[in-house]
Amino acid sequence: MVTRLRNRYGSGIDPKTYLGQNYIIADVSVVGELLQVMRDEEQFDYCVDVTAVHYPQRKGQEFDVVWVLYSFPRNERVRVKTMIKDGDPAPSVVELWASANWLERECYDMFGIRFEGHPDLRRILLPDGWQGFPLRKEYGITQQDNEWVKINLGIESGR
Amino acid sequence: MADILKSEQSPSTVEHIETEKGVDQPFLDATELILNMGPQHPSTHGVLRVILKLDGEKVLNAECVIGYLHRGVEKIAENRTYTMFNPYVDRMDYVAAVSNGLGYCEAVEKLLNIEAPPRAQWVRTILTELNRIASHQLWLGTHALDIGAITPLFYTFRDREEILKIFEKYCGARLTTHAFRIGGCQYETYDGFEQDVKKFCDFVTPKVDEYETLLTTNRIWLERTKGVGILRAQDCIDLGVTGPVLRASGVKWDLRKAQPYAAYKNFEFEIPTGQNGDTYDRYIVRIAEMRQALRIIRQAADSIPEGPIMGKVPKVMKPPVGEVYHSIEAPKGELGYFVVSDGSTQPYRVRVRPPSFVNLAALSKMVEGALVADVVAVIGTLDIVLGEVDR
Repeated sequence: MVTRLRNRYGSGIDPKTYLGQNYIIADVSVVGELLQVMRDEEQFDYCVDVTAVHYPQRKGQEFDVVWVLYSFPRNERVRVKTMIKDGDPAPSVVELWASANWLERECYDMFGIRFEGHPDLRRILLPDGWQGFPLRKEYGITQQDNEWVKINLGIESGR
Repeated sequence: MADILKSEQSPSTVEHIETEKGVDQPFLDATELILNMGPQHPSTHGVLRVILKLDGEKVLNAECVIGYLHRGVEKIAENRTYTMFNPYVDRMDYVAAVSNGLGYCEAVEKLLNIEAPPRAQWVRTILTELNRIASHQLWLGTHALDIGAITPLFYTFRDREEILKIFEKYCGARLTTHAFRIGGCQYETYDGFEQDVKKFCDFVTPKVDEYETLLTTNRIWLERTKGVGILRAQDCIDLGVTGPVLRASGVKWDLRKAQPYAAYKNFEFEIPTGQNGDTYDRYIVRIAEMRQALRIIRQAADSIPEGPIMGKVPKVMKPPVGEVYHSIEAPKGELGYFVVSDGSTQPYRVRVRPPSFVNLAALSKMVEGALVADVVAVIGTLDIVLGEVDR
């Protein structure tokens, strides 16, 4: 699989293994197409998880977006990872795997990453009017949207 | 048994009608009605809110509103050490706390590149399977209660008590057990642990048959569950649905077999599957899973190896820089942990892939075209725990 993908994308992808787990670091320009190929040609028919990791000190590549894929026919798991800049969109895979719908919404809710092509990108766990994205590193653990709390709950602080 | 079922069976009375998808109509038709179900509704198993768009009794569209129980577990993880975060995972799927703990401990062990000693693996397997039975019993009782059968609740809670007693004797806690530690188990088994476990197996085996006498051929039960909330195998895979829901649709897939963890590769057991992917099949699959769990527990209790129960782990845990994804077969489906380490004592990021959250996303597809009463049955059959959906 690795050689097939290598032939197609050359230096756009970087397959790696850590502690027996395979993952592919792909350039953001090819990652959408790569995920399509993973599903259609490499039989990765189950999208387990879509998530992100925030690295604020990595200027220009603040976010890792991670797709965990699994293949029922091959009984194999692989992670696809790409790095994007804060504010840049990531490709949505809802068209490929319906399971990504809520997972991408959660990712947007927590990190503010926009998924281009998502049919209904709204907050899912936090209330719709909430300001801020809690899983970003600069968001404090006790921080909250005071204004929202005041207006909607009628109290000074949620704590 | 099959003959009885056939004679009792009646074709589904629910017609699945085609509805327009993805169109948000600002104005309702004169016959349409928006009904708000929950968040404080007993049949939603916690604080789930479902906005139903109805045409008479028929559901045209269902939208879930979740997040009422959001506590920011993933954020908390980033501000605690690996060890300190361990008890928090019990609070996600609180009816299967042992499974949550197992998944987290194994993920961190993988990151540290260590393995728990065999004795710990065996004890972990026994406790996790006991917890699977407890979780399925609680599901069965509440699911039957939602549909209108009160008796199974008393039966299952009576028997679940025995499991909780074993947990209490082992680690002092009944629900949020915190039974495992990174690198093994904190406590050695108490005197008579094996006997207690085996005694429980003998006690509960006829009880599972008893649940079946209440429901399996019960005419009302069949009417309420047959042909309700059908999910085809392909839909399950597309939607990422796992656990008993996937298996009831005929996909023979279980992480305990596909990618064995803990001590599962040493035991014989089967993966029960269904064919129709309806609410009734999911009930049958979960009942069969309880029996398989008992089989695993019996084998494990007979062969617990001697040796240490806790492996050698550093006092201050500093996993090398890297990331792992580890998942286990929790009672509700695939429970995954994606742990990123930056080399410090605190995880840089812990992502929990909760089975309930992903399974709940299938709800709107399952109830489209069904009746309002079926929505209650479908929420029950998905076996969601809101603590895990919202985290």
